[in-house]
Amino acid sequence: MSSVLFLVDHSGGKVAKAAAELATFAKSIGESIAVVFASNPAEIASQLNNISVDKVITATGDWDKYGPAAIADGLAQIIAAKKPNALLITSSAAGKEIAARVAVKTNSGIITDAVGVDKDLITTQSVFGGSTTVHSAVTTGTPVITLRANSIEPVATTSAAAVEEFSVSISDSAKLATITSATAAVKGGRPELTEASVVVSGGRGTNGDFKPVEELADALGAAVGASRAATDAGWYPHSHQVGQTGKTVSPQLYVAAGISGAIQHRAGMQTSKTIVAINKDPEAPILEIADFAVIGDLFNVLPQATEKIKARKA
Amino acid sequence: MKIAVCIKQVPDSWAEKKMAGGVLDRANVDAVLNDLDEYAVEEALRIVEANSPSKEAGEASGHTITLISMGPERATEAIRKALSMGADDAILISDPALAGSDALATSLVLSEVIKAGNYDLVICGTESTDARMSVVPAMIAERLSWAQLTFAGKVKVDPAAKTVEIERITEFGNQVMNAAFPAVLSVIEKINEPRYPSFKGIMAAKKKSITTMNLAQTNVAPSAVGASAAWSTVKDALPRPPRGAGVKLTDEGSGGEKLVEFLVEKRLA
Ligand SMILES: Cc1cc2nc3c(=O)[nH]c(=O)nc-3n(C[C@H](O)[C@H](O)[C@H](O)COP(=O)(O)OP(=O)(O)OC[C@H]3O[C@@H](n4cnc5c(N)ncnc54)[C@H](O)[C@@H]3O)c2cc1C
Ligand SMILES: Nc1ncnc2c1ncn2[C@@H]1O[C@H](COP(=O)(O)O)[C@@H](O)[C@H]1O
Repeated sequence: MSSVLFLVDHSGGKVAKAAAELATFAKSIGESIAVVFASNPAEIASQLNNISVDKVITATGDWDKYGPAAIADGLAQIIAAKKPNALLITSSAAGKEIAARVAVKTNSGIITDAVGVDKDLITTQSVFGGSTTVHSAVTTGTPVITLRANSIEPVATTSAAAVEEFSVSISDSAKLATITSATAAVKGGRPELTEASVVVSGGRGTNGDFKPVEELADALGAAVGASRAATDAGWYPHSHQVGQTGKTVSPQLYVAAGISGAIQHRAGMQTSKTIVAINKDPEAPILEIADFAVIGDLFNVLPQATEKIKARKA
Repeated sequence: MKIAVCIKQVPDSWAEKKMAGGVLDRANVDAVLNDLDEYAVEEALRIVEANSPSKEAGEASGHTITLISMGPERATEAIRKALSMGADDAILISDPALAGSDALATSLVLSEVIKAGNYDLVICGTESTDARMSVVPAMIAERLSWAQLTFAGKVKVDPAAKTVEIERITEFGNQVMNAAFPAVLSVIEKINEPRYPSFKGIMAAKKKSITTMNLAQTNVAPSAVGASAAWSTVKDALPRPPRGAGVKLTDEGSGGEKLVEFLVEKRLA
């Protein structure tokens, strides 16, 4: 039977939502094996009981000190021992770097930013502003595939998976760069941007006032995003920037308020399932990809929508 | 210090892109310097300027900036632009056998050329706007067994101690990372504001040397590069029907309510 390893993302002792999605992909291909790198892996492994995992491999080590290079070391060693049919990693900046190093170490092909992978390990990617769908396959080694968050509806299970401890040695070259201090991203009460199933974003059109954007986000249980114009102006933190040089999001619903839809912005949100735009300008490029657009002032449209949603829930 | 900056010529990201036979049709669109690589060039210039005695960048400072690019002959256009910003010279690896190379092959060729140059630092952009993989810098670091300091929002270099410190910006927060030379860096677009080439810079760039290498002059076997050596293959690339023309309505006082009706109908609210 095929087996598929996937890397469990976690931060602050909590497993990321994307882990359940990777587990679901892995399980649809074969035996689903979660790999946990942590200073206290038991704490992380215990959170994997209700997702599609057949087995958990844990590795204790100085991951917080050495970062992606060390984790890539560990994954390559586990691949050599377990000979899985594929490795799945979340398509984050760090995830892609880890994937890149594992591919080199194991002489394997790599596919990044997939939105799907089938049981024959054929991947689906959406490129050129979502205008083209590409199917690809790795032809050499152990396919290393990174998948975007929100690409699959996670399947829940109840079975507790067996945990195996694996001893990894970190190579000297992975110890060349050291992390001397870390500041965790400030987390509010809202969902994490890349994981959220609804994202409400504001741009230059907010003129610095994100209140209507945040209020609609809260009514929808959404994360808040921002265009680069808004983060550059200091209206919202850079960690919330959506786009080519910000985060890539792929939620069920993306609401763009006061955002023109420059190609660099679209690069980070074009795979959203439903796109809604609120813009004063009937010619704004975002309207070309919007499923629903209101041509109007966001300061009128957003508060009205927020009120209506609250009224429905009450 | 010897600094190398990896730059790539890419199709203009504003131009319409099409696939031709499983790969991006690069021949029929305008080509430009990958805009994310401009930040890498700028950061290299700032590192040199901050560590030079005279005001003239690089002059008598003993520091050099070499651009390294793998691509077709016409990539010299992008190279000239980066030279006119102030880099000293350039190496272009160009060979018909390299056409269709994937990131693994690209990183192999770049690493071999970097290895031969005795650099202290290699600076990359975070992503090429055509491949959009964000993997080449990490692959180079892995292949060379050099320190990897990527996604830098800040870079501090100490040439005397031969060390470099960066602030790494990630989705889970920021980290300070340290390493001794040699190291591979990538820089994010918040790090600086790339300069426009001055007239003087453009004139000077015309006299700067671009060394062109073919595959045989690198240490890389022809069997390791090109489309036939790629370790993944595209099965098909299908144009997706344009997103069904969406509903567009002008707000006449109830736009917000109409929006919610749409969301409810779609079971999104
Ligand atoms: C290398 C590089 C990387 C980049 N990376 C990113 C990135 O990651 N993410 C990103 O977003 N951008 C990125 N950009 C910038 C991008 O090109 C655009 O400049 C940016 O997205 C514009 O932001 P905006 O849509 O908020 O602003 P604008 O383009 O100024 O658009 C504002 C919109 O708001 C509308 N508006 C104004 N007032 C109102 C109102 N009261 N109600 C409703 N609508 C209103 C206007 O009609 C307009 O359409 C990058 C650029 C470069 C060169
Ligand atoms: N063909 C190339 N020649 C030189 N540098 C490259 C090339 N391809 C990628 N790079 C470098 O690697 C970075 C990341 O590219 P990528 O992994 O393709 O997204 C770019 O910003 C460049 O600095």
